[in-house]
Amino acid sequence: MLRLFFHSQLQLGLAQAAVAALAALIVVLLARRRQIHLEGEILIAMARGLVQIIAVGSILVILLRAPRWTSGFLLAAMIVAAGATSARRAKGMPDAFRVSAWAIAFGAGSVIALMTFLGVIDTAITSLVPVGSMMIANAMNTNGLAMNRFRSDVLAHVGEIETALALGAEARNSVSPYVQASFEASLIPAIDSLRSLGIVWIPGLMAGMLLSGARPVYAAIYQFVVLAMIFASSGLTSLISTMLIRGKVFSPAEQLLLQPGRS
Amino acid sequence: MANIMTALEGSSPVILRAEHLGRTVNGKILVQDANFELHKGEVLAIVGPSGSGKTSLLRLLNRLDEPTSGTVFVEGTDYRGIEPRDLRRRLGMVTQRPFLFPGTVADNLRFGPVQRGEVLPEDSIADLLAQVGLKGYAERNVANLSGGEAQRVSVARTLANSPLVLLLDEPTSALDEAAKLEVESSIQKVVCEKSLTCVVVTHDLAQATRLASRALVLEAGRIVRAGLVNEVLHA
Repeated sequence: MLRLFFHSQLQLGLAQAAVAALAALIVVLLARRRQIHLEGEILIAMARGLVQIIAVGSILVILLRAPRWTSGFLLAAMIVAAGATSARRAKGMPDAFRVSAWAIAFGAGSVIALMTFLGVIDTAITSLVPVGSMMIANAMNTNGLAMNRFRSDVLAHVGEIETALALGAEARNSVSPYVQASFEASLIPAIDSLRSLGIVWIPGLMAGMLLSGARPVYAAIYQFVVLAMIFASSGLTSLISTMLIRGKVFSPAEQLLLQPGRS
Repeated sequence: MANIMTALEGSSPVILRAEHLGRTVNGKILVQDANFELHKGEVLAIVGPSGSGKTSLLRLLNRLDEPTSGTVFVEGTDYRGIEPRDLRRRLGMVTQRPFLFPGTVADNLRFGPVQRGEVLPEDSIADLLAQVGLKGYAERNVANLSGGEAQRVSVARTLANSPLVLLLDEPTSALDEAAKLEVESSIQKVVCEKSLTCVVVTHDLAQATRLASRALVLEAGRIVRAGLVNEVLHA
């Protein structure tokens, strides 16, 4: 229907963005009626997302002609930004940014490096940056979920944790059940994506490859490859972040620093 | 009791000594300049109104919180020089709510020894449970225990670590009257039988009189009175 009113691609794109944003706003209003106030966060996130992706799209036009080594800088910048975004989900957690950035750098970074070295990801900037960014973005989401869940679990179980400490448990062991639960919960979206691939959803990358004339079977296999890499990088990121963060919630004298009212 | 106390203070070694112990968080004084000694076999009650710093003081003794001033000496050693896990095993703490771990009563009793790679023998489990009046409870699931039973398991679990000092943080305040008496009598029995050195935090003055030989009264984080329980609480 929008195509009847908008003839240039740019106008059509903006109109489609406006309609999609409207759908999101309706959800925000419905949530507001139930006393769930997400409006500020969602509006800022949508505005930021739109501006950022248009900016990146414009920059990509230039970068696509840049030498291959610039991919490394772009991906490194994305990792830092992902670390900062993810750390916000762990409000009150000591060293949340550093833990997130290191976890994403090692988790996503090592999988990207290995896959590029093995030739699974093409070294061309047009391939490495988009595929790498998908892995970093998913690692960021997984890390945010893991940190957020760990924080909530620790705050909800201060009594149990301090009882274990008082009985002589090692600090890191006293939070082991919550580390495990956070790791498992953070991987639910990645596992569900793999499980429902092709049945519930046909991912954008595969759709794009089909539109650009790739053979459907190769497009399908490559989509699986990307999702498997996303799972590997997300899983490794979550594993690293939960391992790192569990030591950060204790003082050197093994006292629990994360306490209700202190965070 | 006063005579026993005097004898104790005269002959028994000092197990625990707090020196200028204090904790201030974000400008709020929780405990200020606490100075006291605890002799072997002595039961000390810490009493005071809600918010006076009783639990904060007990947490400092167990080093669950870090003092911002002063320190505690355990058998003459500054506790900052003792490995925290070893310190907490030696100064066993029973919290207001029992916080039992999922599993059986025996699993809970084994928890402390397992942390240092030891296995608690079955007969020790039976003995500990008998001491708190829960003979035959070893294989019961903790989910099916009453509040009083759970608190007695919590006491037995702490005793399984063979602590030097038992720290009790309002152990009966979350219980109904019948359960409160059960738990209190279990504590009294254990403390007497084992001649345990004990610090009990309570807001119940009658309970402090029944359990302790000496008392500290806290107000706004400061010790305002200290001495033999009858003199301090019934002056």
